[in-house]
Amino acid sequence: MYVPARGPGGPTTPGTLLEVTGLRVVADGALSGPEVVLDGVDLRVAPGECIGVVGESGSGKSLAVRAVVGLLPDGTRTDGGSVRLRDQEILDLPPAARQARRGRGVALLMQNPFTMLHPQLTCGSQIADGLRPGAPGGPAVSGRRVRRAAERAEVARRLAEVGLAPETADRYPHELSGGMRQRVAVAAALAGDPDLLIADEPTTALDAANQRAVLGLLRRLQAGRGMGLVLITHDLRVAFSACDRVYVLYAGAVLEQGSPAELESDPRHPYTAGLLAAEPSVHERLPRLPAIAGSVPAPGRRPDGCPFADRCPHAAPVCATPGVLLRPLPHVPAPAAEGHQRLSACVRLAEIADRPGALKGGAPLPAAGPAKAAPADGAPAPVSGDPAVRTAAAPVPALLLEGVYRTFRSGAVRQAAARGVSLTVPQGRVTALVGESGSGKTTLARIAVGLETFDEGRVEVGGVALAPGRRPGHGERVRLAGQAQIVFQDPYSSLPPLRTVEATMREALAAAGQIRGASRRERAEWTRDRIGELLTQTGLPAGCATRRPAALSGGERQRVAVARALAVRPRLLVCDEVVSALDVSVQAQLLNLLTDLQRAEGFAVLFITHDLGVARQIADEVAVMYRGELVEQGAAADVLDRPRHAWTRRMLAALPPAAVGRPGPAIGPLGPGEQPLQ
Amino acid sequence: MTPPRSPGPGPANRPAPQRPWHVRLGAALPLRYVLRRLAGTAGLLAVLSAAVFALLRVAPGDPARTLLGTRSATPQALAAVRADHHLDDPVAEQYGRWLADALHGRLGTSIRTGQDVTAVLGDRLALSAQLVLLGFAVAVALGLPLGVLAGLRARRPADRAVQSLAVVTLSTPVFAGGLVLIYVFSLMLGWLPAYGPGSGGGGDRLLHLVLPAATLGLSVTAVLVKLTRAAVVRELAREHVTFALARGIPTRRVLIRYVLRGTVVPVSTGIGLVLAYLLAGTVMVEQVFALPGLGQLLVGSVTFKDVPVVQAEALLIAALVCLANLTTDLVHPLADPRLRTAAATAPADRDKGQA
Repeated sequence: MYVPARGPGGPTTPGTLLEVTGLRVVADGALSGPEVVLDGVDLRVAPGECIGVVGESGSGKSLAVRAVVGLLPDGTRTDGGSVRLRDQEILDLPPAARQARRGRGVALLMQNPFTMLHPQLTCGSQIADGLRPGAPGGPAVSGRRVRRAAERAEVARRLAEVGLAPETADRYPHELSGGMRQRVAVAAALAGDPDLLIADEPTTALDAANQRAVLGLLRRLQAGRGMGLVLITHDLRVAFSACDRVYVLYAGAVLEQGSPAELESDPRHPYTAGLLAAEPSVHERLPRLPAIAGSVPAPGRRPDGCPFADRCPHAAPVCATPGVLLRPLPHVPAPAAEGHQRLSACVRLAEIADRPGALKGGAPLPAAGPAKAAPADGAPAPVSGDPAVRTAAAPVPALLLEGVYRTFRSGAVRQAAARGVSLTVPQGRVTALVGESGSGKTTLARIAVGLETFDEGRVEVGGVALAPGRRPGHGERVRLAGQAQIVFQDPYSSLPPLRTVEATMREALAAAGQIRGASRRERAEWTRDRIGELLTQTGLPAGCATRRPAALSGGERQRVAVARALAVRPRLLVCDEVVSALDVSVQAQLLNLLTDLQRAEGFAVLFITHDLGVARQIADEVAVMYRGELVEQGAAADVLDRPRHAWTRRMLAALPPAAVGRPGPAIGPLGPGEQPLQ
Repeated sequence: MTPPRSPGPGPANRPAPQRPWHVRLGAALPLRYVLRRLAGTAGLLAVLSAAVFALLRVAPGDPARTLLGTRSATPQALAAVRADHHLDDPVAEQYGRWLADALHGRLGTSIRTGQDVTAVLGDRLALSAQLVLLGFAVAVALGLPLGVLAGLRARRPADRAVQSLAVVTLSTPVFAGGLVLIYVFSLMLGWLPAYGPGSGGGGDRLLHLVLPAATLGLSVTAVLVKLTRAAVVRELAREHVTFALARGIPTRRVLIRYVLRGTVVPVSTGIGLVLAYLLAGTVMVEQVFALPGLGQLLVGSVTFKDVPVVQAEALLIAALVCLANLTTDLVHPLADPRLRTAAATAPADRDKGQA
């Protein structure tokens, strides 16, 4: 099956810190027998090098690093391949020997700062747990008190290294912000002074300012300590901004490898090209995002041969030949430095590389469709003909907020989520509401659909006025449901897991009192037809109706959530971070879908997002929220190209720079010890 | 609690010395919280005492006749009882007087024996307390280690064996289990006495309590096993356990400091509930093993409609259960710092979760 790739440099170079060759991981399914999750993954890290492993969910990137540290989750196991740490094979070592290597040889930093630290232990003690015994005070130290004091001093030093005050040692994780927790976690992971740090999505759970700060911190520590760093991420921009070399992983196999600059300007695999193209840009609005069709196949359903063949616009019969082969590029100039050769697994590279633009970002992939009704970038008027007519006929805005205040109180703590917000979402237009987490945008979204109360101000949803200080009553709720619907961020928790898709949709129709028909049979028939129509509209197979959410992928679930919201033909669709839980390729599909639906049906959209690129791609108008206040609003192009408010500029500046191999001199908008903006 | 220590030799970033233990205890268990819990418990006890007092009024028939018991209800006797118990006063006044008496340990006289209720209870309280404590020790000593074992070996043979045993003990009624133990250990093997409280000193009493305590303890062991197992399985799957292993903390240390630490809150809640259940369980066990404890007294008093004794016992057991709950409530913030400030940070967290 697998053929190991060897560059011109020959076998293992002596300076290699980590060398993974042909790593296979299988999952033992309860019924289906073993399924190959990772099929021959190669990675190589030199001392002091930072590599990135990029892949969408389901690519197996987390499993690959879990296998390297020997902490695979239950039900999965390694099945061949080799993992060499400092030239020693560690896959064959007994568990105790592997545990002894963790912390010193290799340490793993995980994604979620909210679950990674033990909630009942102080930060200091968790860092101290990982210190090497005898390391801080030397071997001569005796006596409990002296040892404890030395340990405390060492913990304080470690905290200072990640830019935290020594008092943090006595705090519990829940008393700290997400960014600070992630710093504590970094200090804990580095307590044993590992040669290699593997960071699994270390910034995904953080907001943009913290993301950049933590990324910069990792890079600085890595450079200072001369340590190897493996950065796992789903975000190409993050990998490109921080890594020396990037591996692109897809469905359990490495498809391409190269330096960030090379990968970005000259992708040598259709998948990489597709990913790059699907990334929404903050600088221009494309008529359609070139999405990759389909979704990442589950381990049991991968095609033979190239795992990307099913979704690849250039697939040919030869792609089904078993054996994914990662090899040096045929006609690319010789590698500049050892270990920097470009590798690609595409068998048709020689043929398709010659096609003009085949592997460029924004390539005319078949899935992209004809670019019809392309509006001028961000220009206000030409959304589409039909909605414009509706707008003229109905001067009532889809959503009107005037001087809305909302403060959350708990004991002495007061948190203002909305401070005099005035926002109008006109009929048939898409308004994006952008801001950092905690800026109050979700609260506003929930107020707009009557899920959250507001203290004072005026809220009208398509002419239905909501009263401050109380939740809408039953009658109001029914009228509101016909006017405005919401789609939530997490498709994994926003659909009832025990109900079929059909039952969920029927409920939505019934809740707004929209089921038509005289007899029960007529109504059942009407409902079934409407549900079928909605599923087709949202691009879901008809068989979906009888399935439960667990049988659907994340993208499909979010489509169901959109279909549910649109079932009652609302005049306003509130989308609360609807794409932030999705992979880049699926995100592009969903954004295209929303754009299509909006043009066809002419409803208004309030699109909440923290991602300025996404906002640019979908919105006619953009409103920027900061600490409960609207600080700027206007046409999308105006706000994003010519930001007036300092905060908007700061958010734009916090985006990872396009392809710069190294992080810029500025680590982030915040100093290392500074509290993140919250 | 660790003692205060001197500052370390950190040059630039000098760590503050750890605060002394009493300061940390004060932070972990703020006085206001303790007072609030105490007040809550007192309020609960007040409500319970009212309910217990109402027992007499709710009992069918004339309270005076009830209090007379089997004595002949001549008008003179009834009048004497009425005067004695102030039955003609307003109900609130009666309750106030009864409560004041109860607080002073005057719980009236038994209808059945004419003895002072406090004395009757006092005799039996010691035996039942010993029984409950021993049973509790059996349950904890078996339940927690077996639960941890089952959790660590989840879905493997050891786990299945422990779980099967737990199901067997859980589904065996106390009277049947007690009889089986008597049959095996007293009749067949002759190791232990079959019934009675024993005579004389501590050793004999202990010997006599082994089988009853085992019966009582085993009836609730399964609950602790299941609770502990579930807590351990849940903790093992937590990301912070993986992270602890991934940075090279020795496995044993991870197990004790990270995994078991996380199970303290759910398991201590379970222990509090089990303690309440054990108190009720004495009724059956004391019958089976012919132990003259509170449980047996309760059965006798209820059959005999000996209302003052029933009232006193109900009050006592209610107070003990409240006490057990209070203890768990006070242990929780000590074990989990998030519970100390939970009320203050909850909305902020919620908001963050959504954003």
